[in-house]
Amino acid sequence: MRISSFFYTLKQGFRNLFRNKWFTLASIATISACLFLFGLFYAIVTNFAHIVKTAQEGVAVSVFFDDGLEESRMQEIGELILKRPEVSDVRFVSAEEAWESFKAEYLGDYADGFTENPLADSAHYEVYLNDVSMQSALVTYLESLDGVRMVNRSEIVATTLTGVNALIAYVSVGIIIILFAVSVFLISNTVMIGISVRKEEINIMKYIGATDFFVRSPFVIEGILIGLIGASIPLGVIYGMYNVVMDYVTTRFTMLSTLLSFLTVDEVFRVLIPVSLGIGVGIGFLGSVATVRRHLRV
Amino acid sequence: MAAKKRKKSTAAENEIINLTNVCKAYSTGAPALKDVNLRINRGEFVFIVGDSGSGKSTLIKLLLRELTITSGYINVMGYDLSKIKHRKIPKFRRNLGVVFQDFRLLKDRNVYENVAFAQRIIQKSNKEIKRNVPSILSVVGLAGKYKAKPRQLSGGEQQRVALARALVNQPTVLLADEPTGNLDPKNSWEIMKLLEQINENGTTVIVVTHNREIVNAMQKRVVTLKKGVIISDEEKGGYIDED
Ligand SMILES: Nc1ncnc2c1ncn2[C@@H]1O[C@H](COP(=O)(O)OP(=O)(O)OP(=O)(O)O)[C@@H](O)[C@H]1O
Ligand SMILES: [Mg+2]
Repeated sequence: MRISSFFYTLKQGFRNLFRNKWFTLASIATISACLFLFGLFYAIVTNFAHIVKTAQEGVAVSVFFDDGLEESRMQEIGELILKRPEVSDVRFVSAEEAWESFKAEYLGDYADGFTENPLADSAHYEVYLNDVSMQSALVTYLESLDGVRMVNRSEIVATTLTGVNALIAYVSVGIIIILFAVSVFLISNTVMIGISVRKEEINIMKYIGATDFFVRSPFVIEGILIGLIGASIPLGVIYGMYNVVMDYVTTRFTMLSTLLSFLTVDEVFRVLIPVSLGIGVGIGFLGSVATVRRHLRV
Repeated sequence: MAAKKRKKSTAAENEIINLTNVCKAYSTGAPALKDVNLRINRGEFVFIVGDSGSGKSTLIKLLLRELTITSGYINVMGYDLSKIKHRKIPKFRRNLGVVFQDFRLLKDRNVYENVAFAQRIIQKSNKEIKRNVPSILSVVGLAGKYKAKPRQLSGGEQQRVALARALVNQPTVLLADEPTGNLDPKNSWEIMKLLEQINENGTTVIVVTHNREIVNAMQKRVVTLKKGVIISDEEKGGYIDED
């Protein structure tokens, strides 16, 4: 391709945007609407997933030992636990540590009255899981180990978190299907409008002897530009909204924000920006190719 | 009426259009063209006439390879059009100029861009475009209106733009489907005179028209279609009156 032809094509792509202003606006609005819903949904779901994950990380199973178990066996038990795939971390808490933290948490200054550690038998492992739904299986295994006296766990928290996880998965799949259906409907409508707007122009080009590539290029460039603009608008809007909502939540509901850990705007947009732009450009590209394709047969 | 049949034997290399036993049937209704045999030589000027619905536009569309024949053989400028590959069609069409009754200009571009468009498609450099477009616009008498948009022009002027666009790439064959169908007698004559002038410079010109007066006056070859059949093909012919 000649350089001048390349620049001509590029220029036509840009000019196409302004030539059919209503079509351009409709296309941008369509893509923006779809990607706005997507972005909103993504921001909510990732935060939810993050909150659940943080909660999961704090859920530990405590493993207590038989009285007077020798240290080498304790070590062995620790290694066995670490080998389990659902285990993310194991922490040993000695009797002294347990007493210190109990004192700090519940007794404060009154602790001075104790001369001996009342929690002498309280050395234990704190086992953290990467998947709380595996908790009961792990507990069964731990209880079967030699030298284990008792396993403590919080079953309610685990089942609740497991349930929330499943719910997030279902809701995600459901919303993605709905979003996808809506997008396909809106975008194919827009493409149909594009086809009728472009029909004459494409026909004229073909009569004069334009190659398919020459006919298609400006439309594809136009499509990609529409996709980029259509993706940038919702990204900007969601960025602003996210900051406002986070400010509001952290100032008005201080309790909530200490209890739940939200993602920062950067963490959300690190993924959302490339994905949205990718989807926008992809839709623009495929939409324009589909629009032009019909008329290239002539 | 004693129609003088064309008998001149044609040397193959001089022949630019050859239709042999061509039939064209649309999916619905009777065939639009039946057993059409037509040979046209390089440099000829041919009128195609006939009633509405007799198959004139269908013939032009076959020559353009907008449509394919149902049966028979069609060769235009050495291309066997029933066998030509899709990706070769652009190259084939670059040697054809086409003009329609409804002009088919790009409404949002000015006169200059409408004509330059044809040159951009065949990837001419900007330098060549700047030389060729004004020169062809002055041939059709529109040098002063190159900035106007199509809607600011009269029908006759729009058809001149279309003609300039068809000619700027110096086609071997010019096809015109009722180019004066929307024009008044004066403009019709001017367009026809331009077509004649183009023909005198060597381009083969094929014109579909309903304009009896012009056909009779110009004394060119006239091919008459009736219900999809060629009923007459005369050198220096006239418009055949219906009974
Ligand atoms: N796309 C089509 N599908 C079906 N039939 C068609 C189609 N185009 C044309 N025809 C039919 O083919 C026949 C020839 O049509 P054509 O357009 O070639 O006539 P024409 O000689 O150009 O007429 P006019 O002088 O009115 O332009 C007509 O009977 C017409 O109804
Ligand atoms: Mg017609």
